[in-house]
Amino acid sequence: MRGILIPMDDSDRLTDEVAQAIASNRPINIRGGDTKSFLARCATPEAMTLDTRSHSGIVRYDPSELVMTARAGTPMSEVSKVLDAAGQMLPCEPPEFSGSATLGGVVASGLSGPRRPWSGSVRDFMLGCRLITGRGKHLRFGGEVMKNVAGYDMSRLAAGSFGCLGVITEVSIKVLPKPRARRSIVLELAASEAMVELSRWRRTALPITGACYLDGRLHVRLEGGEGSVQSALDRIGGDALDMSFWTALRERELPFFGDPRTLWRLSLPNATPLMSLPGDAALDWGGAQRWLKTSASSTEIRWIAHGAGGHATRYGPPDTTVNPFAPLAEPLVRLHRELKKRLDPHGVFNPGRLYADV
Amino acid sequence: MSYEYNEAVDGPLIDHDRAAVVAQLRDRVPGLTILHDMEDLLPYECDGLSAYRTTPLLVALPDTVEQVERLLRYAHAERVPVVARGAGTGLSGGALPLEKGILLVMARFNRIVQIDAEASTARVQPGVRNLAISQAAAKYGLYYAPDPSSQIACTIGGNVAENAGGVHCLKYGLTVHNILRLEILTMEGERVTLGSNALDAPGFDLLALFTGSEGMLGIVTEVTVKLLTKPQSTRVLMASFGDVERAAAAVAEIIGAGIIPGGLEMMDNLAIRAAEDFIHAGYPVDAAAILLCEIDGAESDVQEDCEKVEALLRAAGSTDVRLARDEAERQQFWAGRKNAFPAVGRISPDYYCMDGTIPRRELPRVLAGIEQLSAEYGLRVANVFHAGDGNLHPLILFDANAGETERAEALGGAILELCVKVGGSITGEHGVGREKINQMCTQFNSDELTLFHSLKAAFDPKGLLNPGKNIPTLHRCAEFGSMHVHHGALPFPELERF
Repeated sequence: MRGILIPMDDSDRLTDEVAQAIASNRPINIRGGDTKSFLARCATPEAMTLDTRSHSGIVRYDPSELVMTARAGTPMSEVSKVLDAAGQMLPCEPPEFSGSATLGGVVASGLSGPRRPWSGSVRDFMLGCRLITGRGKHLRFGGEVMKNVAGYDMSRLAAGSFGCLGVITEVSIKVLPKPRARRSIVLELAASEAMVELSRWRRTALPITGACYLDGRLHVRLEGGEGSVQSALDRIGGDALDMSFWTALRERELPFFGDPRTLWRLSLPNATPLMSLPGDAALDWGGAQRWLKTSASSTEIRWIAHGAGGHATRYGPPDTTVNPFAPLAEPLVRLHRELKKRLDPHGVFNPGRLYADV
Repeated sequence: MSYEYNEAVDGPLIDHDRAAVVAQLRDRVPGLTILHDMEDLLPYECDGLSAYRTTPLLVALPDTVEQVERLLRYAHAERVPVVARGAGTGLSGGALPLEKGILLVMARFNRIVQIDAEASTARVQPGVRNLAISQAAAKYGLYYAPDPSSQIACTIGGNVAENAGGVHCLKYGLTVHNILRLEILTMEGERVTLGSNALDAPGFDLLALFTGSEGMLGIVTEVTVKLLTKPQSTRVLMASFGDVERAAAAVAEIIGAGIIPGGLEMMDNLAIRAAEDFIHAGYPVDAAAILLCEIDGAESDVQEDCEKVEALLRAAGSTDVRLARDEAERQQFWAGRKNAFPAVGRISPDYYCMDGTIPRRELPRVLAGIEQLSAEYGLRVANVFHAGDGNLHPLILFDANAGETERAEALGGAILELCVKVGGSITGEHGVGREKINQMCTQFNSDELTLFHSLKAAFDPKGLLNPGKNIPTLHRCAEFGSMHVHHGALPFPELERF
């Protein structure tokens, strides 16, 4: 692998490799830091690997524009370092996997961190991207402006598409100033009491940007101006909590995640009540995301999530017999296949990673 | 340009006999209200872009989703094009009817199905007015954030189709950031749910793709929106500037200082005078530009930010900074801005509202460019814009009766091309519709347009939903797209002098 750490434009090579794959009808597995291979329905053994890390570097970043444009292979360690130096951040707080995740992978997987319910998701911050398409063209969609409704929103569609619609080569993403004040607290509460508090807080304008219930404790992060954070602290009380808790939660490095049983992520409607889950659960996103360690069958977990109006994603350990992603309703299956067929007519981009025939 | 559907470049449409279609629809869609007499069709011949008018084949006003489903099945089988319309307030001709197509008016779907205060969501039918959602949510201390200027009339279905914005986008986002779930019908009449009540849904983000798709991919039958808790405190500052460039630089200063205002609006002198004359908002009529900066949030943070912003504005060269004393004065400051368009309408027989976006750093250069173009074309331009997110609304003043329409359109096209040239877009929130169909050829190359056509075909392979809008055919671009580039007296060569 040449030039991994030297920021450079390597898009010509990536485009050539895609063109070759198209010409030979050979599938490609797109990879950046290879940090999310646990989220794959199946591996395609005959596929060749397209490593985007040689195409890296920040292309443009002017903090007063609130936009960063960087090549897909740029490691998140670099993105975060540069944002940090300017007092800014990616508010959606994607997991960085020790910094080795790439910006392209962050966008392609669309995973967001603990701040998501209050700030928005990765796709919410997408402003534009460049994409190598299923016809081997290197194209540009969206841009660096905050508002842009010209044409279809291809860049937001690319977010969370797991590389199945094309190779993301460059991303323009909205960034925001870091909050001036940030504090973190923990409260010892029964789960039912925590739900009551969360509900009460939702109806006020408290500057909450993280809420996780785990092991009998409600962890809360407050971010905003000095005044609002202080008055929220006065109101909520609790004991000080180290800020590193939120990084460990984002990276799934808390002891909870070390349990050898299967890890599921349940995405549920806001204000979903406490539910009895077969295993140990951690409530994240104020309850809208629940992590579950369980030995129960995937059928049971999907049934529970579906019944609550949400869906479940299996995070590991690897098992090739279970698709990590929730099945789609029939009309959506058809639309996914149609999109795949038309945007990737040769079926070269991560075929089958998300769903069969997609 | 000639705005009428042009089969030679927009693609052929099948001729249908009006009486036959009416009879067949009556038969296949029981209870459907159909308008087909000329006098009944006239009110529907245009949307908010009233210069463009086409009489539809017929107007359908369904009351139930089942009727829409049946209508689409029929139209799909018989290959009758369908143009969807909400309140018809759109400014880009996105709901301009087709002579050979059905105009599907969704206005009767005006029921708020449910407000879930606990989850902070509302399920609403597509014909519910934008402002009606906030009014219904107010008793729970909640509101719906996107507030396009037409919010008293425009419908949420239309907001979804256009990805509507408003004055609070920088902080609170566009429609796409404020909806959770859509129920749609495909052109084939199939019901599909996009998104979910949770914060994400499995598979491709079709909710994001659908938002802003201008009625080209399907018909919205229900929308679940997110509601926000009303901010504790809202204050607005008005700053006057002796020149426009300083005002533009002040915008970057505020954001560079880490403050994200709820709204950050700018008006130039012509717009200020027109608004003051109309509304008496207390605007400084001698100022070259004013900035309106709204700060909202927790009481103490608002206080702190207002002080910072005031200092920044003064340091940036503002000649006068006023903080609205109370809610009444705040409303008064905003009234001038919100009525800027009709106010300009009073000082000119006609005006043409543009909607370009640019990177904020380009504001001074683009404003200078617009001034120069205005002089070249001999038409006045009043500038009103969402400065915080770089969304310009230059208002071109002209007199249609004096034969200035074409010149106004040419000037508008030149302004949009200037936006694209500096890395911006031909539309920030009004949409492409029919109006900017040719400028799409400037913003996107043929490969990008081909990909858009592929996306469309995945939803509507026969191309029956809103043909001729949003994405130009390659044929149209070959024919008209490069027109402005060769049109003499255009901005590109001179750009460096701005």
